Amino acid sequence: MVSLLDIIGPVMVGPSSSHTAGACRLGLLARCLVGDTPDRALLELHGSFARTGEGHGTDKALVGGLMGFRPDDERLRTALEIMEAEGLDYRFEKTTLNEDSHPNTVRITVERGDRKSVMVGSSLGAGRVLVTEIDGYPVNVTGNLHTIVLVAEDVKGSVARIATILSDADLNIATLRLSRKERGGDAFMVFEVDEKPSEAVRDQIRGLSWVKWAFRLDKVSA
Amino acid sequence: MYKSLADAIADAEARGITLSKLALETEARDQGRPVEEIRDALRRALHVMQGAVDRGMEGDLFSASGLVGGDAAKMRTGPDGPLAGTPFRDVLARALAVQEVNAAMGVIVAAPTAGGAGVLPAVLTGLAAAKGISEDHVVDALATAGLIGAVVAERASLSGAEGGCQAETGAAAGMAAGAATEMLGGTPSQVGHATALAQQGTLGLVCDPLGGLVELPCVFRNATGAAIALAAIEMAMAGVTFAIPVDEVIDTMGEIGKNMDVRYRETAGGGLAATPTGRRLAKERLYDIKRRA
Repeated sequence: MVSLLDIIGPVMVGPSSSHTAGACRLGLLARCLVGDTPDRALLELHGSFARTGEGHGTDKALVGGLMGFRPDDERLRTALEIMEAEGLDYRFEKTTLNEDSHPNTVRITVERGDRKSVMVGSSLGAGRVLVTEIDGYPVNVTGNLHTIVLVAEDVKGSVARIATILSDADLNIATLRLSRKERGGDAFMVFEVDEKPSEAVRDQIRGLSWVKWAFRLDKVSA
Repeated sequence: MYKSLADAIADAEARGITLSKLALETEARDQGRPVEEIRDALRRALHVMQGAVDRGMEGDLFSASGLVGGDAAKMRTGPDGPLAGTPFRDVLARALAVQEVNAAMGVIVAAPTAGGAGVLPAVLTGLAAAKGISEDHVVDALATAGLIGAVVAERASLSGAEGGCQAETGAAAGMAAGAATEMLGGTPSQVGHATALAQQGTLGLVCDPLGGLVELPCVFRNATGAAIALAAIEMAMAGVTFAIPVDEVIDTMGEIGKNMDVRYRETAGGGLAATPTGRRLAKERLYDIKRRA
């Protein structure tokens, strides 16, 4: 359903909703994988991101997102200078990912302390984004709501157990997507919730013996 | 939200209310939020729009390539043309101003998109200033613009990559024309005709930015888009009607967009981007921004 406020919005730093606002949101999502501003990052730009990214400020927007700036933050314009002043080690490379990758795609490797993660995400237009891969696992995260994404062994009652943890934390589940490649194989779960889950909730989920990994991704849409 | 402007106009007229009131009530119901909250969000958007107009008028902003900037200020301080001193010239200046801010990585409202962000603020704030219209009425007009844009999003497209510039500055012109017509006292039916008149004037408009960047011709196309909106408003307020219903005009835009060669859909493969000068400028000034810096 189209909302008035999707049409009259978002408020953003120009010049392009896909190359600037969307890129910033992808940076914000990648930041969530290490919980804070990464110390080191490798940003591999694919397709149109690689071709016209500099002129659209895609590089500044991605870096700004990694540093926690939102799409309407005027500091995006000077994000590269701020990055250098903060002593952050972020590097850009142009690459070609899969042939069928969306033209505006980036692979972001983030490191903070001993934590390291890799995310692939695309900017779909009008500022909408889609994370398609985290640490090699295929996922489907839009950032429209707060999200818990996890990979678990295919055991009975796993969804109910996670749902209980979320409900005990007073979190309302808005959407749930569940998939697996094969019976008994890894199960992918993406829970979108209306309120922001705490780190404790994520850690509780990570603590379950059959959960292989779990991440908490912030809502990044307007 | 409505998927047909004809349905919205019929409902508004049956109830004897404006399209903005209908749009706000429908949005409130769709989103489960009070009308005042939606009006507040639109008011914040309006303040950002006004801020972008003011910022761009200062004339000291330039895009990364240096290809665009400073022209809004020229419209204010440059020599008179035949329309000097009229709201028309002021609206053109405002459209250039917002789009110059956008190209320079300033803060704008994507309405409906960043590339077409100059038209709506220029027409609404320019005519509101000229006619002494209150902020509340401009906020209402934004709701009507949102309704029109939502219908275009459902029936056609709001993306240059999908539908060419007719889906960005063209849709913005339709939104601005309809919204301003209501703001100036037009009936819902006149709003529909204003939208149709503006959108028909942009049918077939290609998206051909140099180097694929939102700079040239985007900045100027926002100004000419605003001019088309003003023409449509003037005709609709005078009682001029357009025989093809507005929904069908919007459908036509979508159909033309689908059949538009990919060269004309934001890929820089055709149009002005592919002219000898367009290619040279893109190579010298856009692709090598880092080297120049």
